[in-house]
Amino acid sequence: MSSYQAGFRVWRGDQDGGELEDFTVEVNEGEVVLDIIHRLQATQASDLAVRWNCKAGKCGSCSAEINGRPRLMCMTRMSVFTREETITVTPLRAFPVVRDLVTDVSFNYAKARDVPSFVPPPGVAAGDYRMRQVDVDRSQEFRKCIECFLCQDTCHVVRDHEENKPAFAGPRFLMRVAELDMHPLDAAAESGLDRKKTAQEEHGLGYCNITKCCTEVCPEGIKITDNALIPLKERAADRKYDPLVWLGNKIRRRGE
Amino acid sequence: MATGTEPPPTHSGVHGATRATIGARHLRTDRWWLSPALTAGGLLAFVLYSTWRAFANADYYAAPYVSPFYSPCLSENCAPMRGGPNWEIIGGWWGLSPALLILIFPLGFRLTCYYYRKAYYRGFWASPPACAVAEPHKKYTGETRFPLILQNLHRYFFYAALLVAGILTYDTVLTFRDEQYAWGHMGLGTVVFLVNIVLIWAYTLSCHSCRHIVGGRLKHFSRHPVRYRLWGWVSKLNARHMQLAWASLISVGLADFYVYLVASGAFDDPRFF
Amino acid sequence: MTRLERQQWDVVVVGAGGAGLRAAIEARERGARTAVICKSLFGKAHTVMAEGGIAASMGNVNSGDNWQVHFRDTMRGGKFLNQWRMAELHAQEAPERVWELETWGALFDRTADGRISQRNFGGHEYPRLAHVGDRTGLELIRTLQQKIVSLQQEDEKEFGDYEARLKIFQECTVTRILKDHGPGDDPGNGNGNGGAGRVAGAFCYERESGRFFVLEAPAVVLATGGIGKSFKVTSNSWEYTGDGHALALLAGAPLLNMEFVQFHPTGMVWPPSVKGILVTESVRGDGGVLRNSEGKRFMFDYVPDVFKEKYAQTEAEGDRWYEDPDHNRRPPELLPRDEVARAINSEVKAGRGSPHGGVFLDVSTRMPAEVIRRRLPSMYHQFKELADVDITAEAMEVGPTCHYVMGGIAVDSDSAAALGVPGLFAAGEVAGGMHGSNRLGGNSLSDLLVFGRRAGLHAAGHATASAVRPEVSEAEIETAAAEALRPFSAPDTTDGAPPENPYTLHQELQQTMNDLVGIIRREGEMTQALKRLAELRVRAGRAGVEGHRQFNPGWHLALDLRNMLLVSECVARAARERTESRGGHTREDCPTMERDWRRVNLLCRLTGPDTPGDEPARGRIALERRTTEPIRPDLLALFEKEELVKYLAEEELYE
Repeated sequence: MSSYQAGFRVWRGDQDGGELEDFTVEVNEGEVVLDIIHRLQATQASDLAVRWNCKAGKCGSCSAEINGRPRLMCMTRMSVFTREETITVTPLRAFPVVRDLVTDVSFNYAKARDVPSFVPPPGVAAGDYRMRQVDVDRSQEFRKCIECFLCQDTCHVVRDHEENKPAFAGPRFLMRVAELDMHPLDAAAESGLDRKKTAQEEHGLGYCNITKCCTEVCPEGIKITDNALIPLKERAADRKYDPLVWLGNKIRRRGE
Repeated sequence: MATGTEPPPTHSGVHGATRATIGARHLRTDRWWLSPALTAGGLLAFVLYSTWRAFANADYYAAPYVSPFYSPCLSENCAPMRGGPNWEIIGGWWGLSPALLILIFPLGFRLTCYYYRKAYYRGFWASPPACAVAEPHKKYTGETRFPLILQNLHRYFFYAALLVAGILTYDTVLTFRDEQYAWGHMGLGTVVFLVNIVLIWAYTLSCHSCRHIVGGRLKHFSRHPVRYRLWGWVSKLNARHMQLAWASLISVGLADFYVYLVASGAFDDPRFF
Repeated sequence: MTRLERQQWDVVVVGAGGAGLRAAIEARERGARTAVICKSLFGKAHTVMAEGGIAASMGNVNSGDNWQVHFRDTMRGGKFLNQWRMAELHAQEAPERVWELETWGALFDRTADGRISQRNFGGHEYPRLAHVGDRTGLELIRTLQQKIVSLQQEDEKEFGDYEARLKIFQECTVTRILKDHGPGDDPGNGNGNGGAGRVAGAFCYERESGRFFVLEAPAVVLATGGIGKSFKVTSNSWEYTGDGHALALLAGAPLLNMEFVQFHPTGMVWPPSVKGILVTESVRGDGGVLRNSEGKRFMFDYVPDVFKEKYAQTEAEGDRWYEDPDHNRRPPELLPRDEVARAINSEVKAGRGSPHGGVFLDVSTRMPAEVIRRRLPSMYHQFKELADVDITAEAMEVGPTCHYVMGGIAVDSDSAAALGVPGLFAAGEVAGGMHGSNRLGGNSLSDLLVFGRRAGLHAAGHATASAVRPEVSEAEIETAAAEALRPFSAPDTTDGAPPENPYTLHQELQQTMNDLVGIIRREGEMTQALKRLAELRVRAGRAGVEGHRQFNPGWHLALDLRNMLLVSECVARAARERTESRGGHTREDCPTMERDWRRVNLLCRLTGPDTPGDEPARGRIALERRTTEPIRPDLLALFEKEELVKYLAEEELYE
């Protein structure tokens, strides 16, 4: 039970430029990186810009990169570092910077709007929805998402290639497509909307090369790649590339 | 390790005009390069070994064991294997190693496998080398175009892999014979083959395509209880797909190597009974 | 000063939590062009922190449940101080509000026959809380967020613009409700209490750029949540600075019963940096028990007389209840939150606390590890990540944490309209009355939905009924802008006194409220608190900040301080006035619940000018006692007479 002085390097600046600034700051037992950033604000840099809300890993606001890894500042305990280590904190590097640790995440909100919403089943009144737990389990996993956008930040498709942003929704919103496609009562298909097709043709599913960084950084432990993206790729393959499905369709069409 | 050597483009990606100005491609302080380096090393070693063995066209049969690299044998230039997989489907014109004809399928299966894709995209192509480490490529189109769009054919290779696994199972049954083809015997090779076939099946069935086909594609699990249960099992296996991919890769190499040792006379297969 | 950007909307909703978003959806669906302003990013509101569930008497798990039972539980929980009409509407409409979420894509946990599963919670007679694991609030926010996106998608199809009829202003803050004082009213006297006049819009700044702008609208819905950030140990997020409460006060609307602040019995107590973070009540609902340092389940010693018949007397009976609730009484760990919080406080005071000043909450000996991880995934995660405690193997240490304010803007029960300010509406935690002196777990999320919808409905109605749009005068905007910019020029304007650090002021405020107006209150301490608050207010006038207006948290805090100080004074004044103990208000010097106080509401109003440098000792808040409307006889008839005599005064019973 003791406090010590830690070395911190925090990126400070805005669109016009900036740099890593060095600080020496007190650290107490049980603290997380966000506590230290707050201490810097209160004692050394009152205008240090940072987003945060719940400080309990539930809202996904305090996303940043700590020693080069995308993480939530409120869920990164200081005890995972050695006392000698200098801890580097930068804003998310896939999005335009606003100021200090705050980035412009509007890309994500624009992508959210591109995904057609849940289509309620026609003729089923509110209160009459019946769904089995086993049928909602898969989509529920994806709805654990706190929209911290760490997966969007780490995904090299857009992180390293700005020009891909228009064509690629990112893991978070491909997962949203998967969530709706697996929703037991979603009536998109009946309304003429093929979510599998849009995943491939409009949301850029093909850009994903399943290198799993989204899963690696997810603070909620959602298996984004294995449970959402790959199943979605398989569903897309069903339509176009599966030999049996192709054969089946062929025979069925002939039978008609 | 990363094979790309170009310096990162300065106009795009993490060095783009709107991003926070940080000179380094990444700020990771851990040994992020270790995992892609090990992956690349491991895969490279297997590729070298299997290339040698596939082209060797020798020392692949020592009764009752047939190397998994040469099974089934589809051309006439194969060593005769009594009761074994001599299926001369393509006739006598093939002059190269018969392994080349059949290895296409397991190779295709593994090449399009969702785990191996991650492994070699990271390990060989550095796309990306590790999470939040900038990749060296100027352009990236992922699996949207030829040739990588063909990764979607994984399903076909899965079906083929089922057949191959069936044949290797048959080969494993044949190992319960002795050198004179009498049934009811067992040697050390039998154990090697048994371990290998279990891992091959586990790897094959843990495939993401398999998971999708047995149940993943359903919208309502509750209406298909049997398939839901199957999906549950496959999902459990699938969680270990990476481990199984490596284990079966090593075991298939070892099974072949065991046959090579016995066939070349470097080692005598110890017989148990 | 250059003219600021002005936009015209029909309804402006301040706050994008459950109530704000539900209000916005309703207003937009009623045809009103609606703007939503939120301090954080869209979808990050404090509602995501709600864990347990949404209380609604759907009767999916126990068919004995209905709205009357829910109403009864709510009134009992609030110790009959509730605005009964609100409690009635709430109980009646909650199921519809939950079902409607499913049509927008929500995925609740299911019963075996495919309905929405419901769980037990403190104070609820039947399993009543619709839930998703222990992340129900997240599901609620996400569903409402996605419903808004779907409405925007409709608008895009119709008008080619996503934001044609519904726009979210993310990371913006409102500092003033603007009013149209009309001819004959005098707006320019600097009188902060707003005077007469109707709502005309809101003065806002964008956090990212610091740019000011004005949203003109005939109706404004306040849905800003609570006040927890005025206390040191709290489960609330930084946004909970009482903005809506203060905006209403400054606009001339009264606040109701602000002395009632709920301390949730189980917050984390260690490590210090996470002190206050919530440990959900479902831990107890699912079988967790409270023990003191001697290993005793002490709650059996703290069952108050009014609840004696409803709770188990022995551990054996309490344990049987989880399996067979129809033939056993529930364990006293599931008493309403105020009772449990006080009991924990007493145990710690008596020296029977845990090493870090709490008590032990144990599930590890009650359920297999596997079950704990499945039923309480985020609690498991939270303790593992933040405290390095494995709750499947050892007990948690917990203690009370400031969680919720029952008091709030005084509103009309049916329309959610604030009293005395035409065009102003309030819903959710910022509104008072619904929960009386103490809120039951699960009644908050349902409150957000029921009254969020009502506020949106009536705000839209008010907006369309306003034939002449109210006008905002340039003078009022300039006053608001000058007020917002004051922290940048603070050092120059004061007479030699040094500028104050807003962070330091905030910490002192939190310490004051925690120590002097906390869970157990005494008259002398509250008098002292009022004195300190007055001093802090003077110092806050000198709060200065460095840097510029672009995303400057120091500046934002300096502006929020005004709101926290106003609200804290309301709490302290009302708490000193109410000489009894009831629900979330416990007086050591007046320990009993007085039946005569049941009929008394305390209203807080702003007094005097709000110019800087005013007389510190004279507070800004005046109290008014108001007698409540008698409870409607058919609702009273839902209770046994023996129960009513505990709460109601003689004359009320025989009226």
